[in-house]
Amino acid sequence: MSARALPLLFLNLGGEMLYILDQRLRAQSIPGEKARKDEWTDVDRKRVMNDIITTMFNKKFMEELFKPQELYSKKALRTVYDRLAHASIMRLNQASMDKLYDLMTMAFKYQVLLCPRPKDILLVTFNHLDAIKDFVSDSPGILNQVDETFRQLIETYGRLSAGELQLIRQTLLIFFQDMHIRVSIFLKDKVQNSNGRFVLPISGPVPWGTEVPGLIRMFNRNGDEVKRTEFTTDGNYVTPQREGSFDLYGDRVLKLGTNMYSVSRPVETHMSGSSKNLTSHAKENVAPNPLAKEELNFLARLLGGLEMKKPGGSETGFRLNLFTTDEEEEHAALTRPEELSYKVINVEAMQEPGRRAELSRILGELEVAEPRPGSSGKGEDLLALMDEL
Amino acid sequence: QAAWCVLPSRVLLVLTSQKGIQMYESDGSIMVYWHALDVTEHPPAQAVFARGIAAAGGRFVCVGTSSGLVLVFDIPPKGTNITVSEALEQHHDAITDIAAELGQAPDGAGDVVTADDAGTLCVWSAGEEFSLLCKIPGFGCTCSSVKLWNGIVAAGYGNGQIRLYEAATGLLRAEVNAHARWIYALDLAPQTGKLLSGAEDSFVHVWKLSRNTDTEDVEIQHCHAECVTDTQVCGACFCDPDGNSFAVTGYDLSEIFRYSQV
Repeated sequence: MSARALPLLFLNLGGEMLYILDQRLRAQSIPGEKARKDEWTDVDRKRVMNDIITTMFNKKFMEELFKPQELYSKKALRTVYDRLAHASIMRLNQASMDKLYDLMTMAFKYQVLLCPRPKDILLVTFNHLDAIKDFVSDSPGILNQVDETFRQLIETYGRLSAGELQLIRQTLLIFFQDMHIRVSIFLKDKVQNSNGRFVLPISGPVPWGTEVPGLIRMFNRNGDEVKRTEFTTDGNYVTPQREGSFDLYGDRVLKLGTNMYSVSRPVETHMSGSSKNLTSHAKENVAPNPLAKEELNFLARLLGGLEMKKPGGSETGFRLNLFTTDEEEEHAALTRPEELSYKVINVEAMQEPGRRAELSRILGELEVAEPRPGSSGKGEDLLALMDEL
Repeated sequence: QAAWCVLPSRVLLVLTSQKGIQMYESDGSIMVYWHALDVTEHPPAQAVFARGIAAAGGRFVCVGTSSGLVLVFDIPPKGTNITVSEALEQHHDAITDIAAELGQAPDGAGDVVTADDAGTLCVWSAGEEFSLLCKIPGFGCTCSSVKLWNGIVAAGYGNGQIRLYEAATGLLRAEVNAHARWIYALDLAPQTGKLLSGAEDSFVHVWKLSRNTDTEDVEIQHCHAECVTDTQVCGACFCDPDGNSFAVTGYDLSEIFRYSQV
């Protein structure tokens, strides 16, 4: 499979995560003057978005990300987003984090699946990046970082052939295979069936570079057209208007990858009655994976050396709920089907003493710092990330 | 990928993967040959894999690689003494598919056709030394699937088009705007000249290839369309040599659908 799929996976999933967080933060925010100490304000929201985006586009992080490598396992990737979501003052309970990850992955799965051409997966990525730039439009420093990544994307993927891009797309589709979580915004828009499978339309514009199906032309040995026939199908396709832009700025034309959430449309996921294909999901190996240590190394390296602003005395972090009420969140945590739980990596210590020492050190440095005494309900310290190794 | 390679003396099951090529006896019981892919031949970021399998010339098995190299294996009538007879170097992009002549080739029309990511097609004559008969350039589109029958090359492309070429000369004889998305699979029923195409647009089409005996023109007509609702078709093949039934697979599908003519 392709060794270049990870940056696209990470950036697009990250983009979806930001759309969802932004929507939830707006939905739960209170005007500044009226807010109590434990309620969200607009200022808080901007702060959270800025912090997460700064972490996402950290230079060293991006360098590691763009190195040719296999895709992470689902568990390893989930852990990355766990860390990312907690890069600021915001806290998410397990149930909310699970829901966030479900929404992110199903959304990007949908986008990859419906990409008209393999190359359009870049347009989807650019849509996400355009929106991210909008989130940080008044912070030139972070904007610069995002632009840098943009340029790197153009350089890495701009000249790949359709076949290479299709291989990347297939690598991503394999990652998402057998995931059929039902998302209510998709169900309402008739984009997903009640069995969790996406609706594939057989109408609309054909991809750029494709002709509308129907015409058969036959040529003689001199190259002259000698016969022309047509065939019809149930499909109802039209010619596309124009091609999306692959430049740093431009009209992407494609809508996949743009923000589909708005404050008034709460997003729910349905866990019950999911399709029987989940049984194959359950068979995934849940025994401690000896390679997980390697993955944790990479993960730790990626997030290593990132300087996180620790909150001052008066600042406190607080919890975001992806559900409408706390009771709903609790209920979701209790009723999540076993086969859908994202078990964070269980690493078994190795036998060799040298390795065990290194492993413990890494684990120790990733421990959550204990909350400071005297902090309020929403006050938990930031997850202390690794210092320089 | 997995393919049966039918040779006069034996049938081999050939499997390709990211590590290399495996060949088994037809009941899958014994692995008779293993060929590891040379990673050093590829630039560091490029994927390494083998793709495209066909038995050719009654004696050889051809397998394509991601570097564009086509490996030709010499297969003895029995036993494990399989050797690499040749490495064909005409392609500069990853091989997508290889097809052997399924019918009767008119003189000089070639035994094998190979296709790549850039859409380039090469027609070969099989032998101790394979010789290139003609090279058909791409037109900016990946050729994802190819078949060869009675000297006609049928090629499916990433932009949904099917093209028919004369194998001996490389001349374009027909162009079909067949699908609205990437064509994943082509199959051909050698007894009747029926062609099957499956693509990401959810459609499977059955076509009929023929040659006009007076004008020698190649003809293709549409016979049937089937929409596999909400499924991106990844594989399609006929279940019998007349093309009266076919099987279809798709992404996220754990079933194989079989369609038969009533």
